[in-house]
Amino acid sequence: MESLEHILAEHSFAKELDARYLGLLVGCASNVRFDAGQFIFREGEEAKQFYLIRHGKVALELFAAPAGEIQIMTLGEGEVLGCSWLFSPYRWKFDARATEPTLAIALDAQCLRRKCEADHDLGYELLKRFAVMIEQRLDSTRLQLLNAYDTHA
Amino acid sequence: MVPALFLVDHVRRETRDTTTVELVSVANGQGMRFAAGQFNMVYVFGVGEVPMSITGDPGRPERLIHTTRSVGAVSVAIGKLKPGDVVGIRGPFGTAWPLQEAGGKDIVVVAGGIGLAPLRPALYHIRANREKYRNVFLLYGGRTAGDLLYVKELERWWSESVFRIEMTVDRAPASWHGTVGVVTSLIPRISVDPKQSVALVCGPEIMMRFTARELERYGMEQTQISVSLERNMKCAVGFCGHCQFGAKFICRDGPVFRADKIVPLLGMREL
Repeated sequence: MESLEHILAEHSFAKELDARYLGLLVGCASNVRFDAGQFIFREGEEAKQFYLIRHGKVALELFAAPAGEIQIMTLGEGEVLGCSWLFSPYRWKFDARATEPTLAIALDAQCLRRKCEADHDLGYELLKRFAVMIEQRLDSTRLQLLNAYDTHA
Repeated sequence: MVPALFLVDHVRRETRDTTTVELVSVANGQGMRFAAGQFNMVYVFGVGEVPMSITGDPGRPERLIHTTRSVGAVSVAIGKLKPGDVVGIRGPFGTAWPLQEAGGKDIVVVAGGIGLAPLRPALYHIRANREKYRNVFLLYGGRTAGDLLYVKELERWWSESVFRIEMTVDRAPASWHGTVGVVTSLIPRISVDPKQSVALVCGPEIMMRFTARELERYGMEQTQISVSLERNMKCAVGFCGHCQFGAKFICRDGPVFRADKIVPLLGMREL
């Protein structure tokens, strides 16, 4: 059976992460699995974990009346689910639902925040990775907002 | 400059506001030879004339095929055409997708919305000459599932595994099982040698700018990326100046441009 450290090392989030920091992450990590249709977390709940998706697909959804539930983004293999664990008050801003059977590595938020406070180099490595991800998603969101396909926009 | 008469032979509704018309020449019952990426000026008598990309198979020119989105008076009129109607055609005009130069390389085709229409001839050509190219990816995005073009054809191509197809929509209801996100978010899913690749991109200009940026982030140079532009055109022969874009005429120097020549101009308000 593959070790969690090996599984974590193979995820794109941990690419080129020093072995020492990988070891620190493993201490907060666990393997998780979600069935198709299962909610991983709901808007407003405490962001106790974030997830590195190994396999499957997760939809980020918002309820917007009168349209109902709207999918605003899907995430798949190799992507990261959740950054609200980084920012107080550590509450999820969306629903996340597995749209197909999904395997992920869950990382405990409190455990990781404690380790980052104790080891700022670890914190910097993680924040560098999250900063790139957030920048890319901000770019995508801006393009979505522009509603570029609407000729009357 | 004089339009040739073409008979509407078949009409197909692609989406709620997009229509494909198949035309044959009144003179000889044939279509038109063209290179993938070129366009015609389509004249609806009594209404007006607009540029439209040729969207059929360049290897099967027996019918002249155009897909249009109903936006202005002429395109709305084209959307209402019936078999037996007659239109005027001038063309083909403009530059083609660099499919010769792409030989032996990986190809990434990125289409946004109606932008798949000008790219479809290139996809037909790649499919018919598959052995000439290495890995081929089609990344296609639309606003919603109902706005995606040529869905049945894409499903057939996907089942043939001729090239890898990834699709996404900007927004979807909870019942949607596909990918949601902008088309640029599909770029990390490709697996090509960025130094031995060619990218063909078409869609809204802002989408092409973002796509070029993401492809550069992937490792490509702008010289490897081609985009297709659309602007108001009148003469289509580089004479009237309506389509002038900087020092270029879209009708004569385009519509297909190498990204390094044109993308830096796309953000200039004065143009």
